[in-house]
Amino acid sequence: MAEKLTRESLDALRARLEAENKQAESGGLKYVMVCGGTACDSNGGLALYAALVKAAEYAGANVRIVRTGCMGFCERGPIVKVLPDDTFYVDVKPEDAAAIINEHIVNGQVVTRLLYDKSQAEAGNAGHDIDFYAKQQRIVLRHCGVIDPEKIEDYIAHDGYAGLEKALFEMTPQGIIDEILASGLRGRGGAGFPTGKKWQFSAAVEADQKYIVCNADEGDPGAYMDRSTLEGDPHAILEAMMIAGRATGATKGYIYIRAEYPLAIKRLQIAIDQAREWGLLGCDNILGSDFTFDIELRFGAGAFVCGEETALLASIEGKRGQPTPRPPFPAVKGLWGKPTIINNVETLANVAVIITKGAKWFSSIGTATSKGTKVFALTGKVKNSGLIEVPMGITLREIIFDIGGGIPNGRKFKAAQTGGPSGGMIPPEYLDMPIDYESLAKIGSIVGSGGLIVMDDTDCIVDVAKFYLEFTVDESCGKCMPCRIGGRALLNALTRISEGRGVPEDIQKMQDICQAMARASLCGLGQTASNPVQAMLRYFMDEVMAHINDKRCPAGKCKKLVQYRINPERCVGCTMCARVCPVGAIAGKVREKHVIDPAKCVKCGQCYNTCKLHAIEIA
Amino acid sequence: MGQDERKTLTPELRAFIEEWKPKPGNLIMVLHRVQQTYGYMPREIVLELADLLGVPLAKIYGVITFYNFFKLKQPGRNLIQVCLGTACYLKGGDDIMKALEQELGVGVNTVTPDGEFSTEAVRCLGCCGLAPVIVINGEVFGKVTKAALPGILDKFRAKH
Ligand SMILES: Cc1cc2nc3c(=O)[nH]c(=O)nc-3n(C[C@H](O)[C@H](O)[C@H](O)COP(=O)(O)O)c2cc1C
Ligand code: SF4
Ligand code: SF4
Ligand code: FES
Ligand code: FES
Repeated sequence: MAEKLTRESLDALRARLEAENKQAESGGLKYVMVCGGTACDSNGGLALYAALVKAAEYAGANVRIVRTGCMGFCERGPIVKVLPDDTFYVDVKPEDAAAIINEHIVNGQVVTRLLYDKSQAEAGNAGHDIDFYAKQQRIVLRHCGVIDPEKIEDYIAHDGYAGLEKALFEMTPQGIIDEILASGLRGRGGAGFPTGKKWQFSAAVEADQKYIVCNADEGDPGAYMDRSTLEGDPHAILEAMMIAGRATGATKGYIYIRAEYPLAIKRLQIAIDQAREWGLLGCDNILGSDFTFDIELRFGAGAFVCGEETALLASIEGKRGQPTPRPPFPAVKGLWGKPTIINNVETLANVAVIITKGAKWFSSIGTATSKGTKVFALTGKVKNSGLIEVPMGITLREIIFDIGGGIPNGRKFKAAQTGGPSGGMIPPEYLDMPIDYESLAKIGSIVGSGGLIVMDDTDCIVDVAKFYLEFTVDESCGKCMPCRIGGRALLNALTRISEGRGVPEDIQKMQDICQAMARASLCGLGQTASNPVQAMLRYFMDEVMAHINDKRCPAGKCKKLVQYRINPERCVGCTMCARVCPVGAIAGKVREKHVIDPAKCVKCGQCYNTCKLHAIEIA
Repeated sequence: MGQDERKTLTPELRAFIEEWKPKPGNLIMVLHRVQQTYGYMPREIVLELADLLGVPLAKIYGVITFYNFFKLKQPGRNLIQVCLGTACYLKGGDDIMKALEQELGVGVNTVTPDGEFSTEAVRCLGCCGLAPVIVINGEVFGKVTKAALPGILDKFRAKH
């Protein structure tokens, strides 16, 4: 049982932990950092960790095995990093544990076959030289891959709770707000509202009770930035919520987290319990000051609209998560009618370092209007998919081609989607535009919470827009007409077009609906739901018209528009296709060329999947 | 646990409800615990909840039906979750879903006649690098192909 920390004992503890680590390292201690993020864990990472611990014990090696949060390079996981050598191993299997311990840790020989770039056999240069990391800058993810997220001592030894200390003893509440204002930090949950300004609103209201809420509902259906941050560095969020509490006069915090994130929930609960045990949370006089704060978890239940502020608050209150009109804004009248600050996970992850390192340092990173970094979940048709953190102002080309390694299988880049269902597809002509709030808004997308999906020429824009509309129609709470009816009408039009039943008039119709939804919907879901369609109409008109006029899907994705044909050069007459065809559309005798009757074919694709010689082609 | 067996309130669940009863906004947290205990929302338990928490039944069902996460029907012994997040969709997640439906002979959200399997669609499991992804009883399978499905299913069938 730990004693209750004071400012002095926390400082002493941090100094002691740092000294112990230094001493151990000079005595030759090595660290084997094993990625414990969701992707690596589920790809054999858990067994790998156990195997490493066992091998280290058996060899009696001077090593600490640490399970960390996501290191970002999920595509090549499980990932193992050896420190201080900075050796980076990829695709590591449990069977490789003995080699890492015996060859590398005990004998000092790098296990060449596990390196990302096998030519870099030298230890010490392998990590940084990987293209995937070269252009990244880790502020939000500063502790992911560096500390054991289930150990508060690790966090404290890495400047943990130093921001809270400074906020409590060296700054006034207004001083904290001024610092955040000066840093230029803007909300990372989507809208980009200045964080300091939001805090100021709540601080200005007199109330007997105020709340800080962390939005960890991460609803974008192809993104996992917040999840990884919480899994890799849970204490950073607790610390930031406390600093926000001090700045605004709030004493109670809630983290609203998706129930679909069991590992993040587990690590947050461990962090909360540890912080309480050390007297950093859930008690009066935190660190010997006059500050009181406590934090509880509340689970979301699979409703995208609950990421919206007012719906989220309704859900915490135990109700159906339906939005209500703003104003009043939650900062003035929020949870149970009390002033409530709602901040996104990534926004909060920036707070403690801004306090310790200062607004000046933070605002030196990024562009004129968008400061700091942004975390993206880079996925889709890109060679190195994973979690990346880049300075604002970087270009899409740098992200996709330098960090992501370009498009796999020799295909061509077609579009990138930021902002998920609330964003728009970005065409190739904007690859060199800097990424910041204003630039992306200008071309009809948004920075969004951090999903970044790359599409190649086999992806159909109509199909992708339809995918997003299916999502928003499904997730609309149904409270207001424009969103409920408009979304459905857009989806119907897209479905018609993708099935070859579209008419030229559909274009104008869709444009009108988009306008109405953006203008008249009650909440952000409806207001932004038409963005994918608007981007489609703005940048990919040729492709849309091919569907409408020529009844053709250039990407070959819309099944109803596809023509199946048998290439006579390849067909050997095995009869497999004719046997699987459910409607008898394929004619041909054994060992003779087969032919598809397009009039009978229902385009089920079964023959295409069956033919082992790839004689069936899509036109 | 049989499909139609009447469920009774477990002592742990009763203790959890007592603990949460005084806290404002407790309903959703209690419902999560119910689903964690039984795998879905048994009607007889929901009725008891209404009594214990003093909340009208209509309000409880209003909340249950609003949130996708809460299930009114008992899932199969093995729950297959197919990721239809954007990354998985682009890499053929919908084809995997169709193939599964064909393989099992029932559509999404329906239990197979032998009670072994049911399928549901989920969104982004946080391992997009492994897309397309399916999860069976919490175990993750990445870079899934249609050809691999029968083998994966057999692994779970054999357990009973
Ligand atoms: C439909 C909808 C879904 C949203 N989903 C999220 C989400 O998953 N996570 C999040 O942080 N913000 C989400 N937001 C934005 C929040 O409403 C809110 O602006 C944000 O949490 C504020 O925090 P920030 O200022 O730190 O960004 C969503 C908004 C809308 C309209
Ligand atoms: S815009 Fe859509 S989600 Fe938002 S309140 Fe209206 S119906 Fe509900
Ligand atoms: S696509 Fe289906 S219906 Fe058409 S020829 Fe092939 S098997 Fe027959
Ligand atoms: S989960 Fe291991 S690198 Fe992302
Ligand atoms: S979209 Fe399937 S795991 Fe992310």
